[in-house]
Amino acid sequence: MGPRAGRRAIYTWVGVVPFFLFSLLFLILPTLYLVVGSFLDKRGAPTLQNYADLLGPQTIRTYMNGIEISAVSAIAGCVFGFLMAYAVILGGLPRPLRTALMTFSGVASNFAGVPLAFAFVFTVGRVGLATLFLRDVLGIDIYGAGFTIYSKIGLEVVYFYFQLPLMILIIAPAIDGLKKEWREAAENMGATPAEYWRLVALPILTPPLLGSAILLFANAFGAQATAFALTGGSLDIPTIAISRQIRGDVLFNEGLGYALAMGMVVIMAVSIGLYTILQRRSERWLR
Amino acid sequence: MSGVGGGTPITGDATMRQALSQPATGRGRRRGGSTLIWWIVFLLGVAYFVIPLWSTFTFSLRAEPFGSAYTNTLDDPQFGKTLLYSFVVGVITVVVSIGLLVPTAFWVRLRVPRLRRTVEFITLLPFVIPPILLVFGLIRSYSTGPLPLTNTDIGSSALLVAAYTVVSFPYMYRAVDVGLRSIDVQSLTEASQSLGAGWLRILWSVILPNLRVSLIAGAFLTLAIVIGEFTIATFLARPAFGPYLALIGGNKAYEPAAVSLISFVLTWIAMGVIQYIGRGTRVSVAGAR
Repeated sequence: MGPRAGRRAIYTWVGVVPFFLFSLLFLILPTLYLVVGSFLDKRGAPTLQNYADLLGPQTIRTYMNGIEISAVSAIAGCVFGFLMAYAVILGGLPRPLRTALMTFSGVASNFAGVPLAFAFVFTVGRVGLATLFLRDVLGIDIYGAGFTIYSKIGLEVVYFYFQLPLMILIIAPAIDGLKKEWREAAENMGATPAEYWRLVALPILTPPLLGSAILLFANAFGAQATAFALTGGSLDIPTIAISRQIRGDVLFNEGLGYALAMGMVVIMAVSIGLYTILQRRSERWLR
Repeated sequence: MSGVGGGTPITGDATMRQALSQPATGRGRRRGGSTLIWWIVFLLGVAYFVIPLWSTFTFSLRAEPFGSAYTNTLDDPQFGKTLLYSFVVGVITVVVSIGLLVPTAFWVRLRVPRLRRTVEFITLLPFVIPPILLVFGLIRSYSTGPLPLTNTDIGSSALLVAAYTVVSFPYMYRAVDVGLRSIDVQSLTEASQSLGAGWLRILWSVILPNLRVSLIAGAFLTLAIVIGEFTIATFLARPAFGPYLALIGGNKAYEPAAVSLISFVLTWIAMGVIQYIGRGTRVSVAGAR
């Protein structure tokens, strides 16, 4: 390779250097820092103890809480989001409602974090509008029944507020992709509506529905701001546990903090990977 | 002018399609019973969307004297200060993000297509590394060592911009990629080169203007997310709008309701601009949740 060819090679790569350098410094290296840290003990010697600690009852409970909250809010968001999107697209509702719902969903899916937490405190907090309405008008005392917004179920109700519109946005193209001809063909061959759903629509919709549910799961699992603003860091979920590790609280254990982070990375990576695979599968039928 | 002549058949086609869809509408009417169920589903969802906003609104009006929750909020100098800080950080983030991604996507498409999957993979990584993990890694990497950025104010703010830029990668790159796909990069570049333009000139006067629509949509999404972002700003101890909101929530009674609604309106404005420009086809899955 002569000097000219060498210069050409450098020239070819120079256009992408800033991006790779930036990503290396502010994305890859910080992540690697967590990876390496999870394999080191307090004195910097290699160890697997952090991962052994990760399997302790306390951290297992933290992860189970996070998985439960994310799964419940994802499944609820998936089911109801699909129904709502179906209602405005194929349910025979006036067309303008569809545009309005899509626009609102774009806003609501990005309305999260601190303001969202506040809004729900004013709604179903101890003296929230809906709480008082249920108690004084309908005679249902939700706090007497053990409900509190600062619990798992409370967080699920709040997360549902950004899960639902996100589901509406991502499932709408799939519902749009259900061709009228398929239904007509099925009916012509004598299929009942139930048969059409069981044999045609659901098989086609299964990959996008599953994919969306997984995306919603990852969306909730990585959420920190809403839970932190709502519970002030008292609820035991992975993102809050990591917040405490960053702050360095009583149970501060640097290595365990990194291992906690790695556990999250693995769960997020599996979710996003599954989502990508399902996404590719749904593109086969729905374009 | 072939464009004018080409217009007529399209109109004809649309009319025909409308005529063809008539029987289907009739069938829809036959299913009147199920339409009622869809109305109920829709209204239930709307109720869930509206009730928290309505509760927040009525709560904010309870402050005495009337409207003081809003006037107090707007009178608090910290409100404007933190909002301005977050806005400036957001604008810088947008500029950095575009400055990094447009040349990269352009170059990858034109010269090194084999890097495409790698670049795509990196821009999707922020989905796997949520903000809480990103800030965790950044703080540990840059509080000591050769680049102790968190020791100074300006360093921390730079780190904040860097983190937000990373957070913006997934949808910014998608916006750029979709934009580049819709234009003939190869021909445009060759045409510019034959007119004597250099690379910077091509990027600035040919590629960027062609990407305007998708870039503006991505920019407003970034702004909407950055302005209310809480996690990263809090742990980097920045005087940003998100941490300010949380602080208000801990100290005041009615003002949190006012700021919640104000920030909802801000999100609404940003999304409204995106919908207006992009005509509502984009889906955003990134965010500061």
